[in-house]
Amino acid sequence: MSNEVAIIGAGMHPWGKWGHNFVEYGVAAAREALADAGIPWRDVGFVSGGATVRCGYPGYVAGATFAQALGWQGCEVNTSYAACASGSQALAAARNKILAGACDVAVVIGADTTPKGFLAPAGGYRPEDPDWVRFYLGITNPTYFALYARRRMDVYGDTLEDFAAVKVKNSLIGSKNPRARYRKCFTAEDVAASAMVADPLRLMDICATSDGGAALILCSAEYARRIGKADAPRIAAISTVTPSFASAVVEMPDIATDSAAAAGIEAHSFRAALPVKAYEEAGIGPEDVDLAEVYDLSTALELDWIEDLQLTPRGEAAHYLRRGDTAVGGKIPVNPSGGLACFGEAVPAQALAQVCELVWQLRGECGDRQVQGARVGITANQGLFGHGSSVIIKR
Amino acid sequence: MSQKPLAPAIEGWFTMDDQPRLIGTQCCACSTYFFPKQTRYCRNPDCDSTEFKEVELSRTGHVWSYTNACYKPPAPFVAAEPFEPYTLAAVTLEHEKMTVLGQVVRGVNVADLKVGMAMELVLEPLHETEDDIKMTWKWRPMADQGEQR
Repeated sequence: MSNEVAIIGAGMHPWGKWGHNFVEYGVAAAREALADAGIPWRDVGFVSGGATVRCGYPGYVAGATFAQALGWQGCEVNTSYAACASGSQALAAARNKILAGACDVAVVIGADTTPKGFLAPAGGYRPEDPDWVRFYLGITNPTYFALYARRRMDVYGDTLEDFAAVKVKNSLIGSKNPRARYRKCFTAEDVAASAMVADPLRLMDICATSDGGAALILCSAEYARRIGKADAPRIAAISTVTPSFASAVVEMPDIATDSAAAAGIEAHSFRAALPVKAYEEAGIGPEDVDLAEVYDLSTALELDWIEDLQLTPRGEAAHYLRRGDTAVGGKIPVNPSGGLACFGEAVPAQALAQVCELVWQLRGECGDRQVQGARVGITANQGLFGHGSSVIIKR
Repeated sequence: MSQKPLAPAIEGWFTMDDQPRLIGTQCCACSTYFFPKQTRYCRNPDCDSTEFKEVELSRTGHVWSYTNACYKPPAPFVAAEPFEPYTLAAVTLEHEKMTVLGQVVRGVNVADLKVGMAMELVLEPLHETEDDIKMTWKWRPMADQGEQR
């Protein structure tokens, strides 16, 4: 397709708990991406930022904040917020700007500085806010991840050993990623010895919150050709579709699902809808995918996503895991970056970090983590209330 | 437990009798149920109704999934000192075709539950204030288990 948008640069500030201003991470990531693309900052016509809601006003207007930090040069700006899917929506805004012919080059940036401990809702007595209600009733983020995990155990026969094996797999490959926060090779025994948080999930089954920043340089096919990067990875699809009413899976921060009782209404699983749209837009199927970066907020959730992406039949992800099919070197490597297990989540940066990994994999630059012959990669990610994103990159 | 009066933790969300039920709404046009109550706009994409009636939901259902909380949640949760872990369940109401989260009654642990178990709605204290005992809905395994998934 001639009107595809190319990704000519990717950059990241390493994930960690650095405690610095988020702008610093975003600028570092953007400068790395610009250097990777080999283009000057003044060529950028559009800055698309993923917002952070924990860093005050500069975070709400992240696009302008990053543009100011990189030096005002008169470009246009945009800020997107969609919780963990913020990065993908910022990416979509940049792609659309380029496809509309309104600019040649855009930079997409997400960065966050996260507080310690549980993420908590705004204060007061506010029963009209589902986020307030669920915390009041004692329902935290791990509650949801654990409900999904336990259901896998009871319905598909997944085991605690399977969940631990996801962590072991991701920590092994993530130990080779210099940008990851956790680079220790954890064992199944380490996972089993960590504290139970929400049965069946232990501390090491659940991802941490991190500081980090990620950036991508997007450009038109014509601009890519002009600078000699006609073969750069291209965006084949960005899906941000909502679930279809009635959404049958209770999703953070809700305390109840939709009702499917009315005539003509069917219950749907929300995660499965995202990749369907992505595959359709890209004109490919799951059989064409060489690797996936999925949102392993918990170890068990990685298995859910693998099935939602149709990389395995429903209920069989653990079988693939046990055979090593989802490890690098296996049939369909999942999370060759190490995933959230090794990064921890830096909310507005995370969906972009997934795409950064795909870009480096498709360019064959991942060294010990390289998925051989990777041509097509897909991401999956979730925001709140059951919306999320899925991005397909191909070369 | 003290002799303080009992009060709902969230006013108007459930009945306070021996056979308590959650209070939701039902769209007068398409019959979709909502919990928590929806009173201004119907979320069925094929319905633009703004008329709702308050309804009591089924007080029994089957376990969709379950877990527990081993760590004290942040405010607005009010934790007992010392913190006592509690069990949670997502229970599907067959008639309403919806799944509702809630704590499980004290004394029932994760090991006692299974996907598909029959559960009923009861009231138990959530926390105490200076004036009263705040009650909430909780799920309790039914003595008569007609299992299904």
